[in-house]
Amino acid sequence: MTTAPSNNVLTPILTDNWDAERSWTLASYEARGGYAGLKKALSMPQDDVIAAVKDSGLRGRGGAGFPTGMKWSFIPQDNPNPKYLVVNADESEPGTCKDIPLMMASPHTLVEGVIISSYAIRANKAFIYVRGEVLHVIRRLQRAVQEAYLAGHLGTDIHGSGYDLDLVVHAGAGAYICGEETALLDSLEGRRGQPRLRPPFPAVAGLYASPTVINNVESIASVPSIIVNGPDWFASMGTEKSKGFGIFSLSGHVNRPGQYEAPLGITLRQLIDLAGGMRNGNQLKFWTPGGSSTPLLNSEHLDVPLDFEAVGEAGSMLGTRALQIFDETTCVVRAVLRWTEFYKHESCGKCTPCREGTWWLTQTLARLEKGQGTEEDLDLLLDQCDNILGRAFCALGDGATSPITSSIKYFRADYLAHLEHGGCPFDPMASTVFETEGASA
Amino acid sequence: MIDAKTRAELEEIAARYPHKRSGLLPMLHLVQSVAGQITPEGIEACAEILGISAAEVSGVATFYTMYKRRPVGDYHVGVCTNTLCAIMGGDLIFERLKEHLDVGNDETTEDGKITLEHVECNAACDYAPVMMVNWEFMDNQTPESAVQVVDDLREGKEVRSTRGPKVVTWREAERVLAGFPDDLADEGPAAGPASLVGLEIARENDWKAPEANQ
Repeated sequence: MTTAPSNNVLTPILTDNWDAERSWTLASYEARGGYAGLKKALSMPQDDVIAAVKDSGLRGRGGAGFPTGMKWSFIPQDNPNPKYLVVNADESEPGTCKDIPLMMASPHTLVEGVIISSYAIRANKAFIYVRGEVLHVIRRLQRAVQEAYLAGHLGTDIHGSGYDLDLVVHAGAGAYICGEETALLDSLEGRRGQPRLRPPFPAVAGLYASPTVINNVESIASVPSIIVNGPDWFASMGTEKSKGFGIFSLSGHVNRPGQYEAPLGITLRQLIDLAGGMRNGNQLKFWTPGGSSTPLLNSEHLDVPLDFEAVGEAGSMLGTRALQIFDETTCVVRAVLRWTEFYKHESCGKCTPCREGTWWLTQTLARLEKGQGTEEDLDLLLDQCDNILGRAFCALGDGATSPITSSIKYFRADYLAHLEHGGCPFDPMASTVFETEGASA
Repeated sequence: MIDAKTRAELEEIAARYPHKRSGLLPMLHLVQSVAGQITPEGIEACAEILGISAAEVSGVATFYTMYKRRPVGDYHVGVCTNTLCAIMGGDLIFERLKEHLDVGNDETTEDGKITLEHVECNAACDYAPVMMVNWEFMDNQTPESAVQVVDDLREGKEVRSTRGPKVVTWREAERVLAGFPDDLADEGPAAGPASLVGLEIARENDWKAPEANQ
């Protein structure tokens, strides 16, 4: 019935095979046309593959939104060092849960994307750096890579093209900071994961000081569909400057949390509606558009198109489309304190503003949460944030300030209520899932 | 503990990479799989193979939270207490397990079966509250279900991940992380229910991506 693209609220592309029988296997993936993109790409000059990704308008799906094809074109092809492709599969931004189910259900989508992307940038060695805390996802990736070698999609002289590629699945060991691309490179070199000074950028001096492209899982997994269907097809979805589709991850107080793949520009109102509304008919209180490092929004922002530009204009960031949704039973101060403790724990210690600043933020917030501070502590918090934002070595420190400054902006009354009440006025039981199931803790 | 076979496997890991030091993280996972923790002997072995100092290896081993300097039980139970899971019930689950097992954070039960730890966001927020057993997903937990899981583990009953196989021991899991597969990839579903909700709605409404125009 719905033939016009505009009627298709959801557009399953990356998620389309997740309900297939044994979707993670090569046989299942190929039965649905998988690896056709690889075959087509190998018949194209490498620069045409880069041009296709550039023309599609694909922007990085790991949060920053940098144009993927442009990133690839920064690789200096006259550099005598080997080139590398590194996939950032260290999905750890609180709220973000799209790459993990993708790699579990369809690891070959990523592997095919890796081969095409490596071919385009002339890399003969690629790595998938996957966080270590997802054992079964790592099994599925290991198996997919093994199957791809046996099928001749990886190895030497791939399908008679003369092109060679080796792919290593590399498990991390628990460190949020390794999602920062230069910290990831240090970690992949067997070091503590701490960010590097830029420039030089990884495209010029990345892994082993060689030209390196680092892309998020979903970015690379989107490449096969672009090659098969063409850049115009991809660009026909989404908004003017935020082309294509993406996976939107809904979690929290909605009736059907989960993964919703849609063109960029869908709104939270539409997504909550698809998710069966807020639980118990409750009111939306606050939400993150793209993980905990993106400033909180509230119910005034239900109709903001979820693309890079509009969310930015609303004072936040699209980030990873990790929509953590909280209803009126939730204490925003408790939520923000917990995120702040997380940043403090994960601060790598390299720079002083972040290492010391996150510690001070936690002290001040904890005092407020217990109802022991004063209203002036809110100004103190904002001052502390001001001393971190823009002064930290990498985005972790900046991100740590987002929940604090945005929550004070929208929910100052919640903070003051803690002071008036001499502690948290909310019942933590009321915000749990088992509250609605009638179970007790 | 680091016998000739393990040493050979550590060397095999290093050889996967253009620069062998890149193998250090998986090598430390292998050390944990044979020694049950990061040991001075394991640190020395990695240092020798990579031609770096033991201090450099220690510096790495102490940076990452998955590396443990005290013996870990057969089952590492991680309860997510990052904001989303905490609010959805993770805090109450963690409190209940501490009380039930009579251990604190990052401590092991007297029988050596279970090490309890609160963990950060594990990328399964649509299944909150989430618990991990040896880094396998245990989705949509309640305090009661979490207690049942740890009781079953202690009694040696079969415990299955909600999105994976029967859980293996912590040491066996660490071996997979070191890059030695255990052949369990085909166990479990392709995706859990929450991963499929959007796809199901699209199917019901016949919503599709546009046709390619070429």
